[in-house]
Amino acid sequence: MNQRFSLNVNGTAHAVEADPDMPLLYALRNDVGLNNPHFGCGLAQCGACTVHLDGQPIRSCITPVSAVGDGKIVTLAGLGTPEKPHPLQTAYVEEQVPQCGYCINGWIMTAAAFLKEKKKPTEAEIKDALSGLKCRCGTHMAILRAVKRAAEMMG
Amino acid sequence: MTKMEKTSAFSRRALLKAGGALVVSIGMPVGLDTVLGVNAAYAQGARPPLVPNELASYIAVNADGTVSAFFGKMDMGHGLFVAIGQMVAEELDVKFNDVKVIMGDTATSVNQGGASGSTGVQLGGKQMRMAAAEARRVLVEMAAAKHALPADQLAVTDGSVHAKADPSKKASYAELIGGRYFNVQLDWNKEIGNLLYAPGKAKPKPYTEHKIVGQPIKRADVAPKVFCQEDFCTDVKVPGMMHGRMIRPPAAGSEPVKVDEASIKDIPGARVVWQKGFLGVVAEREWDAIQAAEKLKVEWSPSSVAFPGTAGLYDHIRAAPVRKRELGANVGNVDDAFKTAARVIEAEYEWPFQSHASMGPACALVEIKDGKVTCWSGSQKTHFVRDGVAAILKVPTEDVRTIWVVGPGSYGRNDAGDAAMDAAVLAQAVGRPVRVQYMREQGTGWDPKGPASIHRARAALDASGNVVAYDFVSKGFSRIDVLMNESNPADTLAGHLLGVPLRVNDGFGVPAEAYVFEHKRSAWETIPPLLDRASPLRSAHLRDPVGPQIHFASESFIDEVAAALNLDPIEFRLRHIKEPRDIAIIRAAAEKAKWETRASPRRDQRGEVVSGRGIAYCQRNGTRVAVIAEVEVNRTTGNIRARKFTVAHDCGQIINPDGLKLCIEGNIVQGVSRTLWEEVQFDKQAVTTIDWLTYPILDITEAPETIDVVLINHPEVGPSGAGEPSIRPVAAAIANAIYDATGVRIRRVPFSPDRVKAAMA
Repeated sequence: MNQRFSLNVNGTAHAVEADPDMPLLYALRNDVGLNNPHFGCGLAQCGACTVHLDGQPIRSCITPVSAVGDGKIVTLAGLGTPEKPHPLQTAYVEEQVPQCGYCINGWIMTAAAFLKEKKKPTEAEIKDALSGLKCRCGTHMAILRAVKRAAEMMG
Repeated sequence: MTKMEKTSAFSRRALLKAGGALVVSIGMPVGLDTVLGVNAAYAQGARPPLVPNELASYIAVNADGTVSAFFGKMDMGHGLFVAIGQMVAEELDVKFNDVKVIMGDTATSVNQGGASGSTGVQLGGKQMRMAAAEARRVLVEMAAAKHALPADQLAVTDGSVHAKADPSKKASYAELIGGRYFNVQLDWNKEIGNLLYAPGKAKPKPYTEHKIVGQPIKRADVAPKVFCQEDFCTDVKVPGMMHGRMIRPPAAGSEPVKVDEASIKDIPGARVVWQKGFLGVVAEREWDAIQAAEKLKVEWSPSSVAFPGTAGLYDHIRAAPVRKRELGANVGNVDDAFKTAARVIEAEYEWPFQSHASMGPACALVEIKDGKVTCWSGSQKTHFVRDGVAAILKVPTEDVRTIWVVGPGSYGRNDAGDAAMDAAVLAQAVGRPVRVQYMREQGTGWDPKGPASIHRARAALDASGNVVAYDFVSKGFSRIDVLMNESNPADTLAGHLLGVPLRVNDGFGVPAEAYVFEHKRSAWETIPPLLDRASPLRSAHLRDPVGPQIHFASESFIDEVAAALNLDPIEFRLRHIKEPRDIAIIRAAAEKAKWETRASPRRDQRGEVVSGRGIAYCQRNGTRVAVIAEVEVNRTTGNIRARKFTVAHDCGQIINPDGLKLCIEGNIVQGVSRTLWEEVQFDKQAVTTIDWLTYPILDITEAPETIDVVLINHPEVGPSGAGEPSIRPVAAAIANAIYDATGVRIRRVPFSPDRVKAAMA
């Protein structure tokens, strides 16, 4: 039975009517109209659907829309803009990271939450923080350069 | 967010808009008042037919002087469109930023073969270069007529033709032809696809005059991706669109015999599409379609399929009948040489089925409106998708338009073409536009697989230890059980499920290298597929089709021979190579990696973790690559750390060095992943590796610490391919490094910890 939910996404409230068990991913993509979180596996194994819920990275493909409550959701589109980019977005452009680019939500959103907590991380700490995310094109070397660059920009 | 480009109108105006032309006067008298006689012959307002022998099929100058380059290939993430833009801008003498490359839309480009075989620059770029050179020649002639000057007294700067002696005598490209089309015929070789070639009268610039080609220009699509301003094919929506999901048989070979539509009656708007073996559902909302696919009660016919299972795979290949054998190298008399050999070295290597395991399972959208079909697809080959969709829907090809929109990763003939065909069948059945995306288990479980194979190598030595004969044969599943494109339903899952049988297509390959032996033979043998239709183990092209398999074996074996002769692996290779570029590439890698000349294995290490280095080298359609791997092996756990790679790469003329380096890095990392982790597993009737847990790929914690790339530029020979060659030697380089570290030879991929541990026990 569908229910009504109010989702706070990138600072704006959106009314969504959906099956409470429907993963947040589909609400964001099809009801809110944000295409940036991607469907990669539906199993929380790859990260392509990652968004922030109250600042923490979550996998929206397994998070029921009913579990979000009044939490604040931020997607990659809400992380920064060309005019006011997040350092990770700047670093991604500088390092020319993506190939197909389908995985970037996972890496950037996970790294953004990590770099907020951890200043001047070591390379090993960055790798540990990003472990489990998938990139099939094999852009790992460039991802690491970009996250290190962003870490430097964030002091 | 979604670009809702109106695409139902197939008018020339719509096509020109898609091409980025800003001001056009289609169907109106062309304003020829500034155009002299010669120009009338060259320029026209209406687009000529989209055929390979028209210059307008490749290049158009827009009203503002910017250039549209219509490209019948597309970029899979290596920045191909940047390289093409550079080549076009170079030949036309316009600024790089004034060229827009429009890729893979069947309404704006001819079939140049799509993304295929690392030919984007090598063949596709060659054609675009020739077309741009011809466009420049024609524009200079038009300016010459305007100013009544000989063409050889004119020069071009940033899209403006001017007299060398008097720069005030000038005419911009925009003035000459902006907003109108070239009416210039090319000399087409009558080929379609990769081999299409249609030069004009112009010669391209000598490389010594290149200013834009060779520059490290960045991709313009990265910012739109990180700021979420660019859609993937998964993001395209059209009004009235339904969501579709496919239902695959739990056992290969079984078909639905009873479908209980009442089992999904509670799901709003859900409908079943069932035609023979083809079974899908559609619904208004995506989640409802997913729920319907899960909840639909289906009774399946029993399957008589009996796959050999993962454990029986290589015995199956050894025992299987050879359907086709083909020779590669055949020098001297190999059989006789082995009869008189003082010593014979032999080895056999094994490579499993591997999955494309693209980052997202495939997606496509098909709209059928007023008799016209539009398909949005992430396939590497949208022109062939057009042909396949037309065939499966039984409509004329000219009524189908396929628009390429970047998909969730593509490294060959993955599941994208299948999704396009499924979406077409669903859309026709329900009379509404349908977007279909596969679920993860379908993407990994049912994509066409890179073929499994075994490889036997032997070398004959004389009494002095010289290699006198070399014999190499691969035996495996065809790399083209389903062809590399989707133009025929026989090569697609939808086709198979609707009753079209798999065709017999045999293809494999032989080692590509320059070793000289007095007697030398290489060959391949293909075996029949495990199932003649709708198989989760149908084999097809996966990045560098069969290259990693073959060169894992051939370059491991060369190392085995060097070790048997107690020779340094590089010294041994160089003894048998005469080609200067091949020698140079091996030396370049050795120098950069500070290679220490000595035979393998090291024998000087005692601890739990030991290290070693290994080299492998190969060619690929003109490109040469040498890779040196430095690895650590944990002798207790069997864990391999591929720590450092040094890659020397010669792909002829380098168009964009920074883009090339990133492309090579991706190849190395994907190569490490496939070498250390990847193996499709299956039981008697189904593939059992269906997600990222069962089909693991390399984790960032296992990524190399360093990849050093040495680029060797040979502008004088023109560009060869770079998209795939550098994945080719990775597995052998790692295997040779493991041997160097441990003295143990691993001859089966992947080198998973349990396998390495077992090998060392």
